[in-house]
Amino acid sequence: MTRLYTINTATEIADKIFEFWIDAPQVARNARAGQFLILRIDEKGERVPLTISAVDGDAVRVVFMAVGKTTEHLATLQAGDTLADVVGPLGKPSEIREYGTCCLVGGGAGIACTPIIARELKAAGNHVIGIIGSRNADLLILEDEMREVCDELFITTDDGSKGFHGYAADVLKRELDHRTIDAVWIIGPAIMMKVTSAATLPYGVKTFVSLNPIMVDGTGMCGSCRVTVGGETKFACVDGPEFDAHQVDFAELMQRQRIYTDQEKLAAEKFAEHVCRCGEGGHCHE
Amino acid sequence: MSDRPAATRVHDFAEVDQGLTAEEAIAEAARCLQCKKPLCVGGCPVCIDIPAFIAEVAEGNFAEAARLVKEQNMLPAICGRVCPQETQCEGVCILGKKETPIRIGALERFVADWERESGATLPEVAAPTGRRVAVVGSGPAGITAAADLARAGHAVTVYESLHEAGGVLTYGIPSFRMPKDVVKAEIEQVVRMGAEIKKNYLVGRSLPAEELLAYDAVFLATGAGLPSFMGIPGENLPGVYSANEFLTRVNLMHAEKFPAFDTPVKHAARVAVIGGGNVAMDAARVARRLGAKVFLIYRRREEDMPARLAEVHHAKEEGIEFLTCTNPVGIIGDAAVTGLECVKMSMCSLDASGRPSPEPETGSEFTLDVDMVIQAIGTSPNPLLVSLIPGLERGRKGNVVVDEDGRTSIPHVFAGGDIATGAATVIEAMGSAKKAAAGINRMLREA
Repeated sequence: MTRLYTINTATEIADKIFEFWIDAPQVARNARAGQFLILRIDEKGERVPLTISAVDGDAVRVVFMAVGKTTEHLATLQAGDTLADVVGPLGKPSEIREYGTCCLVGGGAGIACTPIIARELKAAGNHVIGIIGSRNADLLILEDEMREVCDELFITTDDGSKGFHGYAADVLKRELDHRTIDAVWIIGPAIMMKVTSAATLPYGVKTFVSLNPIMVDGTGMCGSCRVTVGGETKFACVDGPEFDAHQVDFAELMQRQRIYTDQEKLAAEKFAEHVCRCGEGGHCHE
Repeated sequence: MSDRPAATRVHDFAEVDQGLTAEEAIAEAARCLQCKKPLCVGGCPVCIDIPAFIAEVAEGNFAEAARLVKEQNMLPAICGRVCPQETQCEGVCILGKKETPIRIGALERFVADWERESGATLPEVAAPTGRRVAVVGSGPAGITAAADLARAGHAVTVYESLHEAGGVLTYGIPSFRMPKDVVKAEIEQVVRMGAEIKKNYLVGRSLPAEELLAYDAVFLATGAGLPSFMGIPGENLPGVYSANEFLTRVNLMHAEKFPAFDTPVKHAARVAVIGGGNVAMDAARVARRLGAKVFLIYRRREEDMPARLAEVHHAKEEGIEFLTCTNPVGIIGDAAVTGLECVKMSMCSLDASGRPSPEPETGSEFTLDVDMVIQAIGTSPNPLLVSLIPGLERGRKGNVVVDEDGRTSIPHVFAGGDIATGAATVIEAMGSAKKAAAGINRMLREA
C-alpha cells in the first residue's frame, strides 16, 4: 500500500501525551474548529478518531494519550514515519458566532481540542476565557498556547501542584457566580464532561461538549457512535461530535465506550509483550 | 459446481460456492435454446447479450464470451455471484417453464473467473476528450459509471471516503459470498482503463462542494449507507449492532482476526439477527462463523423474505434457526444484552407491496435468550453528502431526485444507485449507473 500521510513531528508533551503534526492536505485545507479526523496506522490497524487540534498549511495536529494498543503503537512512531490512512475533516464544525463571553474548559488530553475553538471564537468577536485542568502540573499541556489565544486563562490541578487546587468545574462555577458567560465548551474525559456540564445547568448557559464514542467509518454508515441526545438517537460522527451538554445521556455514552474493554486489554497486553520481545518498538507489528 | 459442505465452511470465511468447471460450463451452455427473441436479455438490468455469450461458452470460446459480457458489464465476476438471477434473467428463461432455467449467473461468473485467471483483456478506450468527470463513491454504481465514462475517453476521478474501494462489495458482503480479491481485480480493471480512485476523501468535507461542482460532470453514487433501527427499547445497549457495523467490522476491518488485526467485534454465544433480506442472511452467517448459535427473526413468512433463494438455502444449511412471523418489541439487558422480547405475528390481508401485512397476536409474547442483537432491517440514502451540496433536490425518503437519464436538479450533476433509488440490489445500482453514464456522455458530447 502506498503510504501518503507523513508524520512531520512527533513529541511527547507530557507523560504519555503525544502531539503529532501529520501531513494531510485534504484534511488541513478544509478543517474547522470542532472537527475530527480518522487515522489508521497500517493495513492491520483500526480506524481511530482524533479531534483536529490545530492546522498549519498542509499539516494537522492531533494530541492523544497512549492508553491502549493503538495509541501505544502510535506513540512509537517518529517524525518521518507514515500512516496508512487519514480521512477528514469529519463531523460538524463548532457553532462559532458572536456570543459575547465564551468559556473553554479543557480537561487532561482534552485541553488539546480547545485552542482551535478559542481562536475561531476570538476571530468572531468573543471575549474568551480558558480553564484548563489536569491531575498535576506535569500533565498540563498547551498552557502557553492557551495563554496566548485566550483573554483570560485559569489553571487547575487535582493535587494543587499548579494553579487552583481542585477541578475545572469549581473555577467555572466561581466565574459563573460573579459574571455573565454566554457559552461554554467542555472537552475532556466523559466523566469530566458530565460533572462539569452539570455545573453550568443551574445558570442556564449554552454548553457544548465534544463526544468521543467508539466509531468505525465516521461517515454515518455504521451507527457504532450512536448517542442519546434529548431523548433521540444521534450519530456522533455526522450529527456531532459537539452536542448540547445538558441533553446528553452520559451514562449511556460511558457504557458504550466500555463495550470492548476486554478485547482492548488483551490487545494492549499482546502489544506490550511484542514490544519487549522484538525490541522494535512496535514497528514490525505482526 | 458445488457448495463446500456446511460443516466445514462455518469455520472459515472462504467462498461457499465453488463455481462451474469448464466441462460443466460447456454442458450447461449447450442446453441454451438460443431463442430468437431472448427474454433473458430483457430480464437483465444491464442488458447483457446473454444468448451470444452463452453460445461462445458452449463452443469453448471463453475469451470471446468474456469480451461480450464486458461490453455491458465491467463487474461480471461480482454480478455472477450476487445478482438475484431467479427474479431476473433466469426467472424469465423459457426453459424454466418446463425444466430448470439455464444457470446464467453461474455461467457469467465462470466466464469472468476464467478470464481473471488467464489474464484479462481490457475493452477499447476512446481517445481523450479532455473532459473531467468526478464520481462520488466507489461501490457498484460508482465503479460501473467510472468504467463507461473512462471508456468514452473522459478523465474520471472516483472519490471514496473509506480506505478501500468497492463500497458495499467491500464492507457489506462477506468474503464467503464475495471474495475480496475478486472485487479488487474487477475494480483494478477499471483503474487500468484510466479511472483514478482517490481514497480517504469524504466529498463535501475533504473536497469542498465548489471543487466538486467545478468538474465538467459529476456522478453521485454514495449509496444507501444510513442504517435503520427499529426504534424499540434497549437499542443502544452494548451488544446491539446495525448489520452495517457488524459486517464492516468483519469484512472491511477483519475483526474475525482480532487481535492480529486491531479492530474488535463482540463474540456472542446466542445471536438474534432481525430481518429477511440478503444483509440479514450475511450478518447471520458471519455471526455463525464467529461461533454463535444464530436465530433469524423475520416478521413475515419465509416465502415473503426478500433475500436471494441461494442465501436462504445456505443460511439454513449452516444451522441458522429461522423464527418467521415473529416481531421483536424490545431488547432486554442492563449492562449488556440478555434477551430479545418478541411477539408472534399473524398474516392478514395483502399490503401495497403484495405481501401479507403482519398483525401481532395478543398473548403470544415470548423472550428469546440472546446476548447479541443485529438489526438488518434496511438502510436509507446517506444524507451527509446531499446535505453538503447546495441546490440538490431531495425526495421524501432522502434520496436524490433524478430524471430518467439520472440527471439531478443541478444540470451537470447526475446520480445513480441507492442514493437515487433507495436501497436496491447491486445490479439495479449498476443499471441506473449505466443510464446516468450514458446521459453524461450525451451531455458532454453536445456541450
